[in-house]
Formats: sequence, structure tokens, C-alpha cells
Amino acid sequence: MTEIPEHLRKRAEEAKAKAAAKAAGEDAPAEAVTEPAAEAPSAGDSRIPAHLLERSKSAKAKKEGGAEVAAPSASGGGVATAVMDAAPPPTATGPGGHTQRLLTVVKAGSIQDLKATPVDKVHTWPHLLAVEFVAALAITVFTLIFSIFVNAPLLELANLNETPNPSKAPWYFLGLQELLTMFHPMVAGVTIPGMGIFLLILSPYLDKNPSNKPEDRKFAISLFTVQMMFWAVLVIIGSFFRGPGFIFVAPWTGGMFFEL
Amino acid sequence: MERPNGKKTPAQRVSEVVDKTQGSQAWNSIFRPGSVFRKGYTDSPRNRSYVIMNSVLYHLHPVKVKRHAVKVSYTLCLGGLSFFLFILLTITGIFLMFFYRPTAAQAWNDIYTLQTSVAFGLLVRNMHRWAAHLMVLTVFLHMARVFYHGAYKPPREFNWVIGVILLTLTLLLSFTGYLLPWDQLALWAVTVGTNMMGYTPVFGDQVRFVLLGGKEIGTDTLLRWYVLHVLFVPFVTVIFLAIHFWRVRKDGGISGPL
Repeated sequence: MTEIPEHLRKRAEEAKAKAAAKAAGEDAPAEAVTEPAAEAPSAGDSRIPAHLLERSKSAKAKKEGGAEVAAPSASGGGVATAVMDAAPPPTATGPGGHTQRLLTVVKAGSIQDLKATPVDKVHTWPHLLAVEFVAALAITVFTLIFSIFVNAPLLELANLNETPNPSKAPWYFLGLQELLTMFHPMVAGVTIPGMGIFLLILSPYLDKNPSNKPEDRKFAISLFTVQMMFWAVLVIIGSFFRGPGFIFVAPWTGGMFFEL
Repeated sequence: MERPNGKKTPAQRVSEVVDKTQGSQAWNSIFRPGSVFRKGYTDSPRNRSYVIMNSVLYHLHPVKVKRHAVKVSYTLCLGGLSFFLFILLTITGIFLMFFYRPTAAQAWNDIYTLQTSVAFGLLVRNMHRWAAHLMVLTVFLHMARVFYHGAYKPPREFNWVIGVILLTLTLLLSFTGYLLPWDQLALWAVTVGTNMMGYTPVFGDQVRFVLLGGKEIGTDTLLRWYVLHVLFVPFVTVIFLAIHFWRVRKDGGISGPL
């Protein structure tokens, strides 16, 4: 059985002692009062207000009368009244007239431990699946239409003896290629991207700020934005502003040296 | 309702065939008890749950999701689009594999023939190429979206790590595919890329040798990158995708609203 917390047990004991003292004090006057009111022996003990008792009694009398009228037709009626006469409504017999007793106290935590607060949810079908379906359809149609009008590049056959000028990496590596013009190849090609990936992996462990509100994480957001802008600018320079010999060229004068 | 001549109306015949099919053992072996394909679909909360619960989609989605999770303005659907592009790339890639041999002597010719004399060859190759570039973009944007929403915070730290791995795998997929047409663009882009990796400290030469399958880019490199592109990297990617999606659900769905 669950252990009753100390303070609750004490409180219950106090209440019990108080009730016992009160009952002992009331015993003598109660008898005196009960004598004239022999008609309603339960009135003194019961906690039911007198006027309600009065009302229920009159209702019962009325019903009995009705039952007796109905008795010739329904054979059970007579029995029913007899039973009612024999057993008056049970009255409270607990200490001090209480109708309930404290049996045990169950700690709230043990039966209604709220692990999660209720969340506003919707059905995946159709609310999420419909959105996903439309998104998938949209991207397919976009790719299809783009592919109808724009052809993927296929230059002449690979030739190891003929180096095109400029030679460019795929666009997502052009930021690194751009760094090659500034740093030693080991720094630009291995150290910086390696560190970048490493820091990216570590970021949830380095960022101890529990909030996800933009106003609380100005530093993280600005750091990330600066990073993204840095790479975006490098990729754009490498893609569009580098011509033969990987020398600066403006795309609107020198032409484009970019293949996807 | 019977016709005067005792024959059945076409509608009756159709409904009879439908009943027979849906009552057959084959049909019931395909669709699990409770599947909406067994007992029909009328819109009710119970049937909405059954659509997910009694289909393979249950591997991917819970029956219910947070209301804000279906707001397109929150996720922009970027993760889903990345995954869908991956599927689109798999489908178009399988088509391309039927017409391609990864040797220096045949690769370029195969692509050229594919474009000129295979039905929809050019279109499918274009789709594969543009979807690949698009996927790199959506994966990047997905990462940015997750960062700006602080969605990598506990309990989702590890899923962010998986995500970064998936980002590098995406770049690897794209880069290994870049060589396969075996044209000047492919050859020299990969030369630039592998030269960079050759500067790895201490093991530089070995890394380059393993990547190229020799000292120089050649037909061995092509075979190696082909296998990496069509089997090895997709295989690893699918495993990490499975972990990624599983963790999304286990970590309590997508992150809460800001």
C-alpha cells in the first residue's frame, strides 16, 4: 500500500481526535433533543438540512398513498410499501455524523504523472501527405520543364593532353578553388573544408543556448549567416568572375566561363 | 434491379467483379486487415488513421503530426524535397545505367548515343543532371533552415550530425557522378578536385591514388567512380537516410514553432 505522507496522516489524526471530542460533548444534549423529536430519530445525527428531510418525507408519503391506490392492480405494490416501511432510509453512522472516511491518500504523482502536455495535432493524411504530394509533383514538373528547355552540357571527349583554360571544379567546390588562390593548397583544399565540416558537426554541442527564438540567438545566427554569405560570395566569384588563368573577369565584358 | 429479360446491368456486373476481387485471397493477402483498399475509404477520423497505420507509410510518418509541422512556411518542405529528388535521381539514374559503359573508350560515346538515338535519352539525362544540382541546393537550404530554427538543439543534436554526414554524402554523390560523361568538363573538374584532396597531410599521395585507382585519371578511375556513384555512396546514403528519418520521429517530430 502507498505510504501516507507524514503531514497528511497527522492532519487526519487531528481531525479524528477533534471529531471524537465534539461527539463526546454533544452526547448529553443530543439525547435531550432526540426525546421530543422521536418522530424523526435520524434528524439529529444526519447532516441533511431539516427542510430537505421534510420534503423527502412528504414525497414518500405521497408515493405510498399512490402505491396503495395502485395495489389492487399491481400485486407487487403492497410488498414494496412493506419493504419501505420496514427499512427507513439509512442514516449516517460515521464518527461525528460523517458519511465518508479517509481510507488512504494516494499521492497525485503516482497515478496521474503528466509526462507530456497535450499537443495540437492533425492527421498526417490528408494534411501532411497532400502537402508532400504537391511538393513532389511541383519539383518533378519543374525539373521536367527545365530539362526540356535546357540541355545538360556534354563537351568534347576527355583529353588528358589538352587542359581547358580555365579548368573549374563543380560549382559547390568553387569556393574552395577560390581559396586556392589565397592559401597553400593544403590549407585551402583540406584544412579549411575539414575544419568547416568538423565545426558544423560540433555546433549543436558548442551552442549551449537552449532557446530557439531568433532574438535570443543573435550571435549564433549572425555567425552562421556570415559563414553562408562568405561561401556564397566565394562560389559566385569562382563561378562567374574568373576567366582564363583563373584571373578576374567581369561576366558582362569578358564573357562567362561557367558550365554546370 | 433486374432487367425484364433476366440479364444483369453493366453496373451490377462491375460491382460483382469488384466484390469478387476484394473478397479474393490474393487481394486480401496483399492488403492488410484494416487497409483502406480492403474496406473502402470514407472520410472519417478512423479511416484517416488507417491510411497511415495500415500502409507502408507508417514507416515514415506517424498517424498524427503537430499542426505547425504541416505549415509549409515553417519547413519549406526542404528535407522532403531533398529526399524526393534523391528518389527522382535514382529512377532517372537507373534509366541511364541501361545505356552506359564505364570505360574511357565507350563512356563518352554511350552518352552521345543516348542523347541522339535513345527515346527520351536526352530528356532523362537532363533531368538527372538538373535534379542533382537541385538536390545539392535543397540539402544546403535544408541545413540553413534547420540552423535558423535552432532545430539542432537537444534532443536533436545527433540527428544534426547525421544530417551533416548526409550533406557530405550528397556532395560525394554529385562529385562522383560529375566524372562519368567523360568529357573535357568532367575530366578537368575532377582533376582540380582530386588534386585538392591530394594535399591531405601525410597521406596525400595515398588518398589520391585510392581515389583515382592509379597515378593518373584514366579508365580505372572511371570504373571506380562509377561503382561509387551507382552503388556504394547511394547504399551508405540510404542507411543514413533511414537513421535520419527514424530520429526525426523518435526526437518528437520536427522542432516546435519559434
